[in-house]
Amino acid sequence: MITLKGVSKSFGNGGNAVHALHEVDLEVGRGEIFGVVGASGAGKSTLIRCVNLLEKPDKGSVEVDGQVMTTLGDAELRKARQRIGMIFQLFNLLSSRTAAQNVAFPLEIQKMEKPLREKRVEELLEMVGLTDKAGSYPAQLSGGQKQRVGIARALATNPSVLLCDEATSALDPANTRAILTLLKDLNQRLGLTILLITHEMEVVRQICDHVAILEEGRVVEQGAISDLIANPTSRLSQAFFPPILDSQPAEGSVWAAITFLGGSADEPVLTNLVRKFDVEVNILGGSIQTIGGQRVGQLQVELKGEQTQEAVEHLRELNLRVEVR
Amino acid sequence: MMDWSSWLPRLWEATYLTLYMVSVSALFTVVLGLPLGILLVNSDSRGLAPRPWLNKVLGLVVNVARSLPFIILLVVIIPFTRALVGTIIGPTAAIVPLTIAAVPFFARVVETAIREVDRGLVEAARSMGATNGEIVRKVLIPEALPSILLGVALTVISLISYSAMAGAIGAGGLGDVAIRFGYQRREDTVLLVTVILLIVVVQGIQLLGNWLAARVNRR
Repeated sequence: MITLKGVSKSFGNGGNAVHALHEVDLEVGRGEIFGVVGASGAGKSTLIRCVNLLEKPDKGSVEVDGQVMTTLGDAELRKARQRIGMIFQLFNLLSSRTAAQNVAFPLEIQKMEKPLREKRVEELLEMVGLTDKAGSYPAQLSGGQKQRVGIARALATNPSVLLCDEATSALDPANTRAILTLLKDLNQRLGLTILLITHEMEVVRQICDHVAILEEGRVVEQGAISDLIANPTSRLSQAFFPPILDSQPAEGSVWAAITFLGGSADEPVLTNLVRKFDVEVNILGGSIQTIGGQRVGQLQVELKGEQTQEAVEHLRELNLRVEVR
Repeated sequence: MMDWSSWLPRLWEATYLTLYMVSVSALFTVVLGLPLGILLVNSDSRGLAPRPWLNKVLGLVVNVARSLPFIILLVVIIPFTRALVGTIIGPTAAIVPLTIAAVPFFARVVETAIREVDRGLVEAARSMGATNGEIVRKVLIPEALPSILLGVALTVISLISYSAMAGAIGAGGLGDVAIRFGYQRREDTVLLVTVILLIVVVQGIQLLGNWLAARVNRR
């Protein structure tokens, strides 16, 4: 649905140039909720703006819904943007317009007739649960309500893609959850493809099914969350399950991080381990989280004894992902 | 003792002339200054349609026009005024220098007002496929409207004070009455009455501007 190939972008020139993106490749499939995570300054904002060409890439190509954005003329680009919705961290609603008039904005741009427009605005406000706020100005709305207006506005022209620029970063936890739930619901109901950028792993955990990790303008990891999380060496996994100790294991012992996915959590893995092998198991820490709708657990243990190697092999045979440190 | 029956029509006519000069030149100022202000914002490097050269030239012209004291401008543009209206005397002739003095001032006011519009709003409009014209009409002007209306009041008040100077060189109006009769003929009451009339007009315009700006401000 969205394909970025070799996209580079820098700002300024000469010695002061800031390289925001380096040769970024990204592949977002139809109907996915794809999260791009990274620290501030990693290039997330630039990346999402390259999708609808609010920022023009210096190099590389951008394709959205089968249309190569990077080769379009001005008028065609404006047409193409009408099929890509976008919501923003600070909502970017016009203060001089009511909620309904804000939602009508993209329809005016599209030159939709007034009676049709009013009907569509009504539908959209109902979809985001704000029918009673149609006549309110943004200054009279809460943050969560403003973002709902933003979502209604972004979806007014029935886009196939929604871009979310830190859409929940300015909201409190309750509103964040409500907005993420709404986005997930729209994704499932309308088959909407969502590309979001965020610095909060919580957002990824709650709604994303695919993720890319951006560091200093480069994509360092990309894929389905279920695949990445199963691999304890992945950055995603380490972000969710940070290594508990950072000193070295004691002489003669190894540390292992064991990741449990779905059903494998049912077996008494550690009990069997101690019974079958000459090892002592010392639990350092562990947690279970629901990530992308899937329960994932990770246990960090210290193994001591004669048969530590065999014990690790055994765990791997059980299809558990084990990383030895 | 003053003979009001002869002064009243004269004061009435002077007030009318002042309001005529000021309102017509204010109208021209808004019509010319608003686009100029919009052009000043959007031709610079961060604007909607960067034109660095045009921006520099416009900025220079505006600054030159604004650095001339009004009384000098009045004299310098006499040939232009004569060519445009056929005379340099009377209220209609005064409209030319008044407009020329106020346009650059008002353009700067508009420029400042539009620069204060959140850039995120422009970005949002662009993401929806709006053209530059639509962004100006549907985003920049409506969002800057409260500040622009206050700027209009400010400009009209400056025009009233300029019009008094124009009055001194033959345009008529309250300034003319105050100088010729109130000051030069020592008619203190006339001076006082013209001053009060000017204060009333200026207050009225400021109040009207504040009221309009508050009405359109939804922030």
